[in-house]
Amino acid sequence: MSSPERTLIDYAPAARSVPGFLALLRSELLLVLRRSADIANPLLFFVTVLALLPLGVGPEPELLARLAPGMIWVVALLATLLSQESLFRSDFEDGSLEQLALTPQPLYFAVLAKVAVHWLVTGLPLALLSPLLAMMLNLPAAGYPALFLSLLLGTASLSLIGAVGAALTVALRRAGLLLALIVMPLYVPVLIFGTGAVQAALDGYAYGPQLAILAALLAGGTALAPLAAAGAIRISLDN
Amino acid sequence: MAWQWFHRLGSPRWFYQKTSAWMPWLALASLLLIGAGSIWGLGFAPEDAKQGNSYRIIYIHVPAAFLALAGYYIMAISGAIGLIWKMKLSFVVMRAAATLGAVLTFIALFTGAVWGKPTWGTYWVWDARITSMLILFFLYIGVIALSHAFSREQVADKACALLALVGTVNIPIIYKSVDWWFTLHQPATIKFTQQSSIDPSMFYPLLTMIIGFYCLYAWTLIAHTREKILQREWRTSWVQQVMRGESLSEGKAG
Repeated sequence: MSSPERTLIDYAPAARSVPGFLALLRSELLLVLRRSADIANPLLFFVTVLALLPLGVGPEPELLARLAPGMIWVVALLATLLSQESLFRSDFEDGSLEQLALTPQPLYFAVLAKVAVHWLVTGLPLALLSPLLAMMLNLPAAGYPALFLSLLLGTASLSLIGAVGAALTVALRRAGLLLALIVMPLYVPVLIFGTGAVQAALDGYAYGPQLAILAALLAGGTALAPLAAAGAIRISLDN
Repeated sequence: MAWQWFHRLGSPRWFYQKTSAWMPWLALASLLLIGAGSIWGLGFAPEDAKQGNSYRIIYIHVPAAFLALAGYYIMAISGAIGLIWKMKLSFVVMRAAATLGAVLTFIALFTGAVWGKPTWGTYWVWDARITSMLILFFLYIGVIALSHAFSREQVADKACALLALVGTVNIPIIYKSVDWWFTLHQPATIKFTQQSSIDPSMFYPLLTMIIGFYCLYAWTLIAHTREKILQREWRTSWVQQVMRGESLSEGKAG
């Protein structure tokens, strides 16, 4: 029932959903921080796989420097992907995903909150850790800022795209490989512009354009991916 | 009234009855066009000045590549129709288009590799178009894999439709980014022959083949859809009538 003293702001979608959004963000972050192994595992995966690279291709510094941008990006992509399988899993199993879908707030914001938390505990630490790995792989120092910034922007896009795949496969028992199969081709533009930025920086060019495109992909992804993921959640809840 | 045909499409029985009449014609058209096109293209079209006879594989490669790309949109659009208007039939078309598209993409990649060996000296290069085609193949494989993962058909239908739509949004971005990536890393060894100008004596058989492939695609898609309809609707009386070999009475669709 609407009363006359309500103002326009009560009807603006942002004003209605943002308080719920912040509460959700807080509780999600709290939940994740209490399971610290979930945060550490993708990072350990990232470090371990990159440590295996010299063992596979040999320790020549020139060769490692050439492979470093691409390898760091590919492994960061895999680490994001592997950690994403559990994005909606526990909420789906204990029924809170269903409750979220029933709330009057659009599911869009719930997905956005989950993705934001996922990026905060996966993408951000990966980006922070990347200069260390870059140093171990003998990447020239000129590439560090580009690597850090491209990972910062790119992993957020990866989290958003992966959320669609995670939502599509949440009702399936063993979703890991399937999730990788359906999401990997969609990661291609992010990977190309991410490594492109680092390569441009190494070659002494400006890497602003690549970062701008990565930011554009992120903006487009923020607008569209949670919508698709929300639709996918509603489909998965039917299963 | 103008939309009546569209709503009728929602009825598998109506579709099954209507397409029974089209099937022989489509089969005949594709047989004639592909037969004529291959004899014309393989036997009578002139030899290429630079590539010799090996260029003749384009009479399969180009139509397959055309349809592989168009097929993704056919798949995504039928998926969208299914999601929006809740049409069972369009999901069936979407599934059939996914399988067909994956096969055509594979044919395009395979014939491209066979052509690449005598022309470029290698079966595989990371050329922009080849790479895009490979990613398209992975996109198809993703949809097919997802469609087999669910135990309930209706959920699988909707999930695949959504994935196909997400892919549709991404395909232009993927193509542009792969193009950009290729210009950045362009290997110097490949010299692309100018393909923009093709002689009419080579082009007309190619056009015949392309139209023939479209007919064959339509025939296969409809045949696949009809078979799936029979599988999904096996409980209904009209399917049992078809199975007993009786002709369907013109009744209410449903």
